[in-house]
Amino acid sequence: MADATAKHVDAHGHPTGWRRYVYSTNHKDIGTMYLIFAIIAGIIGGLLSGFMRWELAEPGIQIFKGLAAMVYGLEGDAALDGGKQMFNVFTTAHGLIMVFFMVMPALIGGFGNWFVPIMIGAPDMAFPRMNNISFWLLPAAFTLLLMSLFFEGPPGLYGAGVGWTVYAPLSTTANPGPAVDFAILALHLAGASSILGAINFITTIFNMRAPGMTMHKMPLFVWSMLVTVFLLLLSLPVLAGAITMLLTDRNFGTTFFNPEGGGDPVLYQHLFWFFGHPEVYVLILPGFGIVSHIISTFSKKPIFGYLGMVYAMVAIGVVGFIVWAHHMYTTGLSLNVQRYFVAATMVIAVPTGIKIFSWLATMWGGSITFRTPMYWALGFIFLFTIGGVTGVILANAGADRVLHDTYYVVAHFHYTMSMGATFGVFAGWYYWYPKIFGIMYNEFLAKLHFWTLFIGANVVFFPQHFLGLAGMPRRYIDYPDAYAFWNKVSSIGYLITLLSMFIFIWVIIESVMKKRVAGDNPWGEGATTLEWTLSSPPPFHQFETLPRIK
Amino acid sequence: MNTISKRIKNYGEKISQLFIGTLAFALAMVPQAVFAQAQQDPLGYAVPGQIGLMGSVTTIMDSIRVFHNGLLMPIATGIVVFVTVILVYIIIRFNAKANPVPSKTTHNVPLEIVWTVFPIIVLIVIAVPSFGILADQEIIPDGERKYLGSNIFSVGDVEVPAPGLTIKVTGIQWAWEYDYVDYEGADYTSYMLSEEDRAELKPNEPRLLAADYDLVIPVDTTVRVQVTSAVVIHAFTVPSFGIKIDAVPGRLNETWFNARKTGMYYGQCSELCGRGHAFMPISVRVVSKEEFAEWIAAVEADGVDSAASVLTPIT
Repeated sequence: MADATAKHVDAHGHPTGWRRYVYSTNHKDIGTMYLIFAIIAGIIGGLLSGFMRWELAEPGIQIFKGLAAMVYGLEGDAALDGGKQMFNVFTTAHGLIMVFFMVMPALIGGFGNWFVPIMIGAPDMAFPRMNNISFWLLPAAFTLLLMSLFFEGPPGLYGAGVGWTVYAPLSTTANPGPAVDFAILALHLAGASSILGAINFITTIFNMRAPGMTMHKMPLFVWSMLVTVFLLLLSLPVLAGAITMLLTDRNFGTTFFNPEGGGDPVLYQHLFWFFGHPEVYVLILPGFGIVSHIISTFSKKPIFGYLGMVYAMVAIGVVGFIVWAHHMYTTGLSLNVQRYFVAATMVIAVPTGIKIFSWLATMWGGSITFRTPMYWALGFIFLFTIGGVTGVILANAGADRVLHDTYYVVAHFHYTMSMGATFGVFAGWYYWYPKIFGIMYNEFLAKLHFWTLFIGANVVFFPQHFLGLAGMPRRYIDYPDAYAFWNKVSSIGYLITLLSMFIFIWVIIESVMKKRVAGDNPWGEGATTLEWTLSSPPPFHQFETLPRIK
Repeated sequence: MNTISKRIKNYGEKISQLFIGTLAFALAMVPQAVFAQAQQDPLGYAVPGQIGLMGSVTTIMDSIRVFHNGLLMPIATGIVVFVTVILVYIIIRFNAKANPVPSKTTHNVPLEIVWTVFPIIVLIVIAVPSFGILADQEIIPDGERKYLGSNIFSVGDVEVPAPGLTIKVTGIQWAWEYDYVDYEGADYTSYMLSEEDRAELKPNEPRLLAADYDLVIPVDTTVRVQVTSAVVIHAFTVPSFGIKIDAVPGRLNETWFNARKTGMYYGQCSELCGRGHAFMPISVRVVSKEEFAEWIAAVEADGVDSAASVLTPIT
């Protein structure tokens, strides 16, 4: 085995220049490309929401009329109409970008690719060339989405203002122009990227574990990735079907969702949410894995109840497939159907609670050092708990009756995503940054990033609970004057998060300028997984001789 | 660790438990106190700076308010406070300086059983009234069935009469069509008033909520609402009544309400429907039965425009 490696390296060796990245078959290089892509997309997605919060800071329409005039050359009343449409387009793009081009690439493409092979003692992923395709599909998908902004959507106006959910008939009959087609094709490519990635991760994890690493010895991050990619494998084809049916309804005369041809708009919602609900678990599960590693490392204790943690993630994944219609309580489902989905949805709170309690029990009795990654992990636990309890509230169809499609829902999913998933991304970033780049960041600046985002995100989203309870609907460019105060507060919060984005960039720039050498393991004895046994950064090819796991 | 800090640790743990409990209880009461205000004088629209649910004028919204403010909020607040207090205790008690030698505990079966079973019990406590209020919302009254109202843990003792009026609502881009199907030719479209028109015609009604023609409803009457749509999905809602139902093309969805107080009540379209989504309010005017009878007769005779003069002006 060992002598084959030297020949292997020379045979196709170590490409250089642009080919190293465009033709890459290296999980670490591909992981780094995903991370850079996610940062760029996150900035764009965050700027879109910046414009939206700017508009919503005060009642009336102040920003988007001028924006539409500038971008599309509209005037007068047409500019006002264009502005209203543009707000819906920004809402749509913000959601699609943050979900498909920021969180998923960062967690699955970035940290998944980087550390799953290393943590199981493998030299790379099972299908390194397919890994390359998975990455490069994303810039293509993102390009298609950005292009959609400049094509006609509704008659005489631009862009796909249909929400990330793309409901028919708004996305079919009411948007005859090509913009929605471009958005659909963007989703096709992004979906294909993830399906291929799922095949890659499943094959890798099932077949390429080093001798001695049984499934029940795998690190929790690897387990979280395994469950995540199974969810993607099984749910994305349904999304692909649903959006292909939109495409054929729009362009080839089918009437899947058109009642005039015997179709049903609600069918689209069932198909979309059959994907959409597992998708939100895709977004949070890798963060669960990362938080487990960080809590254990910085408490100098193994995770409490390893098997419970594993099977909680599996349970969340499985049950996540049978709760989709809790997004549809107001569509006219029968009483019994609603009852079932209320019950099934509430069940998920149990394994989720087990995880939260297990993290607390891990820290209990530990010897905790509060380095930057630990800040993010603690923030995750606190903020995800808040998002989780509002989820339990929304699960009750009787209460959802007045909360559906209000800012309460917006608050709920931003707590779980902008604070849960995003804090998971930053936790992983600061935990693995020294390993990936071989240099260390300034601790004070990094913690400043944490505090500004923590405070900013809470100022943006906590008041949105009030707005939702008081009846403010979502996806609204303007609102009755009574909602002005909390909207103002929320928009001020955005400025704080904007500051945090600049600090994040500065942390990176400063670390590159200072070049503090990181060493193999900056975190000490608590860091027990295989990546900390390698150099920082690891060699281009590692484990060409497989490690033996005890 | 010496005996003094051991003692402090023991007392610390007991005190924290006491503290957790008191704080959780106190915080759980806050939502009730704060949100109770809105119920005193139910307004049909939000007040500036509102932090809670709208006040209720129907038995359904009564149930929702009690369920949310009296059960869900205290439980949610309690859980968040509990986790927060434990986190704070952990940060103080188990930081590296205070606890240099980490324990090796990775299992505690009794604890794991408790933290599995206890949440299940909490969820059942939530689910029982949850199913009750859901059934109330979805079952159209027949005059016999009793409803829960504010007493969500009972079997229901609020009497609600069978529907006395049926209205068909159709969402269009971007307005609502109302059709009083029990009457002849009583159908019209309700558009949001532009700012200029609102200043002129209905200056006492809120911006973005005032419409040219209201949905006029008799008080204390069970109204069956059947909702559909022309092209895209919209959603018909009146928060003060506790109702929300999607308007889906090709589908007739049904809900009901019975408003016990006259006045103006507003809702806003609640499903993304294009650029006019924020600009198609639902404006409901609940009037006395006598005024309604006069109004609907005038609508049948002369149309909704002239019938408007029958209605008492809003101040």
